[in-house]
This record gives sequence, C-alpha cells and structure tokens, in this order.
Amino acid sequence: MSFDFTITGFVALHIFMLAGFAGWVIIGNVPAILHTPLMSGSNFIHGIVVVGGLYTLINASTTQEQVIGFFAVLLGAGNAAGGYAVTDRMLAMFKSSEPASKPHRSHASKKKH
Amino acid sequence: MLTLLAQLTIGAANLVAAFLFLFGLKRMSSPATAASGIRLAGIGMVAAVLASFLYVLNIDDSVKPYLLMNITLALLALAIGGVGAWLAGRKVAMTAMPQMVAIYNGMGGGAAGAIAAVELFGNNAHDASQLIVTLLGALIGAISMSGSVIAWAKLQGVINKPLRIKSQQIINGVVFLAAIAVAGWIVFVTLSGVDPLLSISSWTYIFFAIALIFGILMTLPIGGADMPVVISIYNAFTGLAVGIEGFVLGNPALMIAGMVVGAAGLLLTLLMAKAMNRSVANVLFTNFGDIVKAKHSAIKGTERETAASNAGIEMR
Repeated sequence: MSFDFTITGFVALHIFMLAGFAGWVIIGNVPAILHTPLMSGSNFIHGIVVVGGLYTLINASTTQEQVIGFFAVLLGAGNAAGGYAVTDRMLAMFKSSEPASKPHRSHASKKKH
Repeated sequence: MLTLLAQLTIGAANLVAAFLFLFGLKRMSSPATAASGIRLAGIGMVAAVLASFLYVLNIDDSVKPYLLMNITLALLALAIGGVGAWLAGRKVAMTAMPQMVAIYNGMGGGAAGAIAAVELFGNNAHDASQLIVTLLGALIGAISMSGSVIAWAKLQGVINKPLRIKSQQIINGVVFLAAIAVAGWIVFVTLSGVDPLLSISSWTYIFFAIALIFGILMTLPIGGADMPVVISIYNAFTGLAVGIEGFVLGNPALMIAGMVVGAAGLLLTLLMAKAMNRSVANVLFTNFGDIVKAKHSAIKGTERETAASNAGIEMR
C-alpha cells in the first residue's frame, strides 16, 4: 500500500498562486535597510533546490545522470550553505549589543556599521 | 510498510520546511526579529535535506545497482558544496557580501538547470505540458546562473567596464528567440517523431548553451552600480526556476519555497529600483550614461535666489 504525494495540474497552479501571494504579502512594507538581507535570505530559501538535486541523484541510473545529478547537489548545497552563512552574518548586525538581555528597545538604532 | 513510513516522513519534513521558510521570511522582514528568522529557515532546510535521504527506500529496481554510488556521490557533493560555500561565506569581507549573494544565487540557478537537464536527457516527460514546463525551468535557471556569474565578476572587479556594442538589444533579442526556437523544436520533434536532424540530446546541449549565452549577454551591458537590482532579479528568476522544477518533480516544498522567493524577489526588485529612482526596465534595457545625458540636456524653468532662512518656509 502506498500513497501518492505528488501534486499535479490545477492543484499545483493553486499552490503556485497562493505561495506567490504569500511571498508578495510577507515582503510588503519592509524597511529599505532590510532589502539586501532579505534578498540574501530569500536566496538561502531557494537553496531548497538541493532536495530536488538529491532526489534526482538518488534515482540516477546512467553515468550521465549521475554526473549532472552530482553537480545539481553540489551547486544546491553551495546555494543553501553559503546563503545561510552570508544571511546570518548580515542579520547579526541587527542584534542588540548585549545578546543575553531581553530586547526592549529599537534594535535598528543599535546596529553597528 | 517501510516505504510508506519513508514517504510520510518525507512529506512531513517538507511540510515543516515549507512552514518554517514562510515563518522565517516573515520574521526576517522586521529588524527586531530578523536574526531568528534565518535560524528558523535553516532548521527547515536541515530537516528537508535529512529527510530526502529516505528516498533510497523508495526507488525503482533499475536504480538499485547504482544506489551505493549515488549515495556516495550525494554525500560527497553535499560535503564539498556545503562546506566550501559555508567557509567562503564566513570568511568573506562584509563589503563583498553582494557578490557572494550573486554567486550563491547562480549556484541555485545552476542546480535547477541541472535537474531540468536530467529530466530532459532522460526523456522523463510524459506529455507536452510537462516537457514545456521543464524547458522553461531550464531556460530560467540557465539564464540566472550565467547572469549571476557575470554580476559576481563585475562586483568582484574581474570585469571592470560594462561591455556595450551597437544594437545590443537586437542581438539579445535574437539570441533569446533562438533559445525559444530550439525549445520549440525539441517539443515538436519529441511529440511528432519527425527526424530531428541532430539527436534530441544534441539539441538539448545547444538549448542550454544558448540560454547560458543569453544570460551573459543580458548582464554584460549593465553597469556595476545597478548590480544589486540585477542580482535581485536573478534571485527571483532562480526562485521561479526552483518552483518550476518542484512542479516537474512533484515536490511541494520546492514549489512553495521557489514561488515564494519568486514573488518576494520580484517585489524586492521593484522596491530596490524605486529606492534608486529608476524603473526596472530602465536598469535592464538602457545604458546609464546615455539616459542622463539625454534627460539633462536642457533645463527648463526660472532660477530664483533666496536666503537660507527662507528656504524652510519656501519648502513648506
């Protein structure tokens, strides 16, 4: 017994529509200071492509598929890991100078350059 | 039973990852919560990657002889790509961040293009719509990859001057149409069974080559100062390509994450262009120097002198 988890046809289009709307709304009204960190953060999020690469590589049955799949995972892993490292460093600048204390004031004003 | 459990685990991990990506992105859009947002998204990513190794429990019999090699390659690729990019991202100077984002984005586009390539070479598409969608993802992913590499080279100082040649827009248009034409030919030949002149896989190589060349040509004339907007566009492109490949593979986490990034990246591009007082079309299709010269050739209106103390009242 097995379930079919794949999503096709109009259900997929509905998911695309809702996800696109969600992305648009989430980013709306963001202060200009966060433009670059958010670009970097969304860059990290599309690093999920590594999962697609893993699926392709694990199901590879020819040498050509293995080679291309290898590069898919390699590039996807680079996207995810590098995107995280860069975004984390950018956003660390928004943290307050005393990390142990609870945030109670505006953090943006404490950002060091 | 084991395969069912694996499928359920993969499905649940992807659902959790998709939620954490959305929630993390929401937290990243406010300065106070931004740092925790990326952590949440990171947890989602790790969960999705670990769960995807469960695909080994659910493979075709024809793949079994290759499985050990495939898993070795997967671990090797994860280690090399992940550790290499992680160390590079940690070490790089704060001022060099934008080009790092560009190169990582190019990697994502390349990965999406590679997945599409496996689907195309393996002839996995079952009908016209799936083939067209795969080709579209391949096109966007390849453009995003080569374009991002050029953006990186410009910001890194490898390419110093914008390369502008006469009637560049026309050449770019012709190259783009050529890519579309080759894609159309691949679809037509696959569906009708007409003799394709070259083999279909040769046409697929040609298709990827033209798409990569278009990405390079499109980015070369744009000056370094406009690169953040361009990187943001390619970020949206990669998101779109990832979403499309998610559709091809039937993976909802890829679909959601890719489409969210596609839409968010588009809005970010518009916001960034607006902050520069430029339109996106202006950034992409005109040469910066030319437009300034043309606009400010004649100044109209009258000049009035005023004291500094009056300026505040004047501007009220």
